[in-house]
Amino acid sequence: MGMEPKGDRMSGENDIAILEGRKGQVWEKGSGASFVCDKASLSGSVTQRACAFCGSRVVLYPIADAVHLVHGPIGCAAYNWDIRGALSSGPQMHRNSFSTDLAEREVIFGGEKKLAAALDELIAAYRPKAAFVYSTCIVGLIGDDVAAICKTASARHGIPVIQVDSPGFKGTKKLGYQAACDSISKLIGTGDTSKIGPLSINLLGEFNIAGEAWMIREYFEKIGIEVVSTMTGDGRVDDIRRAHGAKLNLVQCSGSMTALAKKMEADHGIPFKRVSFFGMEDTAKAIYDTADYFGDESVKARAAELVKAEIAALMPQIKEYRKKLKGRRAALYVGGAFKALSLVTALRVLGMQTVLAGTQTGNADDYAALREICDPGTVIVDDSNPLELAKFVIEKNVDLFIGGVKERPIAFKLGVAFCDHNHERKIPLAGFKGMLNFAEEVASSVLSPVWSLVPRRAMAPREARS
Amino acid sequence: MMEESDIAVPTGPEPLHATRNACKVCAPLGASMVFKGIRGCLPFLHGSQGCATYIRRYMISHFREPVDIASSSFTEEDAIFGGSKNFMAGVENAIRQYEPEMIGVATTCLSETIGENMIAMIRDTQAMLGQSGKTPLVHVSTPSYSGSHSEGFHAAVKAVVKHFASADAPEPDAPFVNIMPGMVSCADLRHLREIAGLFGLRAVMLPDYSETLEGESWAGYHRLSPGGTGIEEIVSSAKARGSIEMSHTLTMGGGAGEYLSKTFSVPLSSIGMPIGVRASDSLMAAFASVSGNPTPQILLSERGRLLDAYVDAHKYIAGKRAIVVGDPDFSIALAGFLAEIGIKPVLVACGTNPKNWKGLLAAELGSMEGVTAMPDSDHHRLGLAAKELKADLILGTSKAAPLSRELGIPLVRVGFPIHDRFGAQRQLYSGYRGTQQLFDRIVNSIMEAKQNASPIGYSYI
Repeated sequence: MGMEPKGDRMSGENDIAILEGRKGQVWEKGSGASFVCDKASLSGSVTQRACAFCGSRVVLYPIADAVHLVHGPIGCAAYNWDIRGALSSGPQMHRNSFSTDLAEREVIFGGEKKLAAALDELIAAYRPKAAFVYSTCIVGLIGDDVAAICKTASARHGIPVIQVDSPGFKGTKKLGYQAACDSISKLIGTGDTSKIGPLSINLLGEFNIAGEAWMIREYFEKIGIEVVSTMTGDGRVDDIRRAHGAKLNLVQCSGSMTALAKKMEADHGIPFKRVSFFGMEDTAKAIYDTADYFGDESVKARAAELVKAEIAALMPQIKEYRKKLKGRRAALYVGGAFKALSLVTALRVLGMQTVLAGTQTGNADDYAALREICDPGTVIVDDSNPLELAKFVIEKNVDLFIGGVKERPIAFKLGVAFCDHNHERKIPLAGFKGMLNFAEEVASSVLSPVWSLVPRRAMAPREARS
Repeated sequence: MMEESDIAVPTGPEPLHATRNACKVCAPLGASMVFKGIRGCLPFLHGSQGCATYIRRYMISHFREPVDIASSSFTEEDAIFGGSKNFMAGVENAIRQYEPEMIGVATTCLSETIGENMIAMIRDTQAMLGQSGKTPLVHVSTPSYSGSHSEGFHAAVKAVVKHFASADAPEPDAPFVNIMPGMVSCADLRHLREIAGLFGLRAVMLPDYSETLEGESWAGYHRLSPGGTGIEEIVSSAKARGSIEMSHTLTMGGGAGEYLSKTFSVPLSSIGMPIGVRASDSLMAAFASVSGNPTPQILLSERGRLLDAYVDAHKYIAGKRAIVVGDPDFSIALAGFLAEIGIKPVLVACGTNPKNWKGLLAAELGSMEGVTAMPDSDHHRLGLAAKELKADLILGTSKAAPLSRELGIPLVRVGFPIHDRFGAQRQLYSGYRGTQQLFDRIVNSIMEAKQNASPIGYSYI
C-alpha cells in the first residue's frame, strides 16, 4: 500500500497524549494535581458532548401532550426522532419529529411565515396542550422573531406556545438545560393547586426512561406521598402547570434541573433536595430523606418497611452477582457527576472497582464528591473524548465500560464489556428493581464467553493481567 | 398516527408546512460518510459541536463502529464574528490527536449562513500550522438547508476527487476502474470490488468505508479505523481506464464521474444502482466495456440462479403492492427491481427533490400507471397517501417502522439508517448476488405475513 498510514497505527497505553488545553480536566487520585471543569469544549478535541439544542430537547422531550417543533434545517429534528426511551402512559405526541425543515429560500427571506403556518397546522392536527418551539443555530441569524410568532400562535389557539431559545452554538448541553428550565417555568404557576395535599412532591430531572418514573412514583405512593408532577418523564402540561402546589422538589438529574428547582424555590417557596435513584443505597437514602423531611411518623414507618422489604427481596440475587463480578474493574462516562457518584456506589455493591470515571457536564461540587469517594489511582476526566477514554481503558485494564451509544464502540473494539446507561436504554435501571436489572446488565456483558475469543483478550488472558 | 384530531388541517393534505418524521437527514452526514471511506481521514464539521455529536451517534447506531468526527465547536461569539479562530485551533488539535493523512472539512447550516470563506480559512490555517499544515484539508460545502445526506454524499465524493485527481499521477502498471457506488452498504462496497476483480480490474472505490465502518475486532486502539481508499489512489483516478458511477440522479450530471470525464477524459458509465437483473446487467456491461472482458462465468451463474429463483417464487409475490421509501437513488433502483419481479411499487418516496427525480423514476419503470411518486416527502405524508393504497409491504429504513405498525404490513428494512435490527452493514443489495439476497428477504417477508395471518398456522407452503 505504499507509505505507512499514520492513522492506522495502533495505540499502546502511553501512545495517546492528552491535548495541552485539556490537561487540567484529567486527574488521577493521589496525583495531588488540581482539577478543572465547567469549560467550553476544546475545538477539534472530538468531545462527546452535544450542543445547547440537544440539551433543551433532552429535557423537554418526554412531555407527551405537547407539540415539539424544531425551527431550523432538517438535521436537528431528524437526528433525535424517537431515539429516547422516555415512556408515556398516554399520548405519544413527543415521539414524532416535527421540523420547519428550513430550505435555502427561507434562509434568504426568513422563516417566520413557515413557522407560523407549521404551528397552525400542527396545533390543529394534534390539539396539544402546549407547543414548544426550538430555535436552532441559524434562526437568530436569519432574523426570525420566534417569540413574536409564538405569542401570536398562543393567542390564536388558546394554548401556551413557548419558545425554547437553544441555538447549538450557545454552548454545551448544560446551557440547553437552562433554556428548557426557562421554558418549563413559564408553565409553572398557571394551574389549580387546590386539591394538592401537604405530603406532596415533584420529581425533577426524572425522564421515565423505560418506565423508571413509574417505579419511583409507586415507592412514594406506597409510603403515602403524593407525586404532583414528574419533570419531565411521562410529562403532562397540566401537571407541570400545578407543580407549584407541591411541598418539596426532589431533583434527580441535578445538572439539568437544579436551575428550575432554584427558581421554584425563589418564586413559590418550594425547597428542594438532591436525590438519586440509581443503586439501592441511594434509592433507600432518597426515600428516607423524603420521609424525614415531612416528619410524618406513619410515612417514616412505611418508608422503613418498604426499604426493608425491597432490599430483603433483592439481596440474595445481588449476592450471587457479587460473587461472579467481584474484583472486576469498571470505567464510566456519563452525563453528570451526580449520576457518576451513584454508579460508583452501585458498582461497589457488586464488588467492582471504578478505575475511570468521567462526565460530560459535571460541576465542581459534584466532582469534588466524586474525587472523594473514588479509590486511589482512579482517573477522573471531564468532557473527555474517544482517544482519551480508549487510552485509560487500556491503561487501567478495564473489564466493563458504562456509558452511552458513542462510548459503546470504544469498549467493544477493545474487547471490553459494556452497559448502556444513557437515555436510549430500554431497561429500567433506577430504584431497587433497577439495581437488579443493572446487575443483570453488567453480568450479561462481563461474563459473556465472547471475550475469550477477541484478539485483545485472547492475547492477554485474564490470569496474566494484574 | 398519534391522536390525529377529527378537525381538518387548514391547508389541506398537500403541501404541508411542517416536515413530520422526515425521510432524510442533513448534508454533513453524507459528507462525513464519504470522508470515513478515505484512508486516514478525519471528518471535521465547521459549526456547532452538536452537529458532529448527532451525526456520530446516528452513524454509530447503524454501523456499530467508532465514528470520530471533529468539530470547530462554535460559540456565540463565533456565530457573530466568524469561526476562523476555532477552526484553526480545532484543526491543530485534531492533527495533534489523530495524525490524520487528510481532514475532510464539511460546512454546516451555521457556517454557511454566516458566509464563512472556507478557502481562505483553510489557506490561513495551513500557513499557520507550518509542517503539520501539509495535511490536506479538503472542503465540501454542505449547508444543511439544502438537499439532504444524499446530496451531501455526492458533493463530498466530487470535492475529494476534484481536490486530488491529477494528470501528473504515475502511469498505472495495470488497468483499473473508478467506482462511485453512491451511499451503499459495506457489503456492497466489497462485492463491487470483487466484481471488478473478476473482470480483471483493480478498483478505486470512491469512497470505500467497507472496512472503516465494518472493521474487525481490534488488538489495540486505532486512532482512526484502518481501511479506506488511499489518497494516492484518488490522485490516480484521473488515469483510470473508465469510471462507473451508480446513481440515477447523477445521470443528470454533476457528479465526480462527469468531472473526471470532462477534465481528464476518463470514460464514464453512468448507471443506476445495480439492484435487479436488468440493472445488474447494465453494471456488467459497464465493467465489460471498461475491461474489454466478457462477464465471467461465476457471475453469469449467479445471474442464472437468480433468474431461477425469480421463477420459483413469482407466484408468491405476484400482484403484491409495495411502498418504497429511501434515498433518491436507492428508491428508484428498488422500484425498478420490484417492477421487474412483479411487485407493483404503488408509492415511491424520498425525502428530497433532486432535479427530474419523477422523470428518472418514470424512465426506470417504463410506465407510471398506478404508481404515485412522492419526492420531497416525509413519513407522515407517506402515511396519508398509503391509507387507500392497500399495500402489502414497505421497503424502507428503520424510520418506517411506525408506519409499518400502523398499516399492519411488513417492513423489509433496507438502506440507511437501520437502528432497530442487527447487521445492516453486511446487508448486500448490489449485483446478482445482492439482488438474490434482497429478493429472498422480500419473498420470505410476504410468506411470513401470510403464515402469521393464517388461522391455522401451517408449516408448509
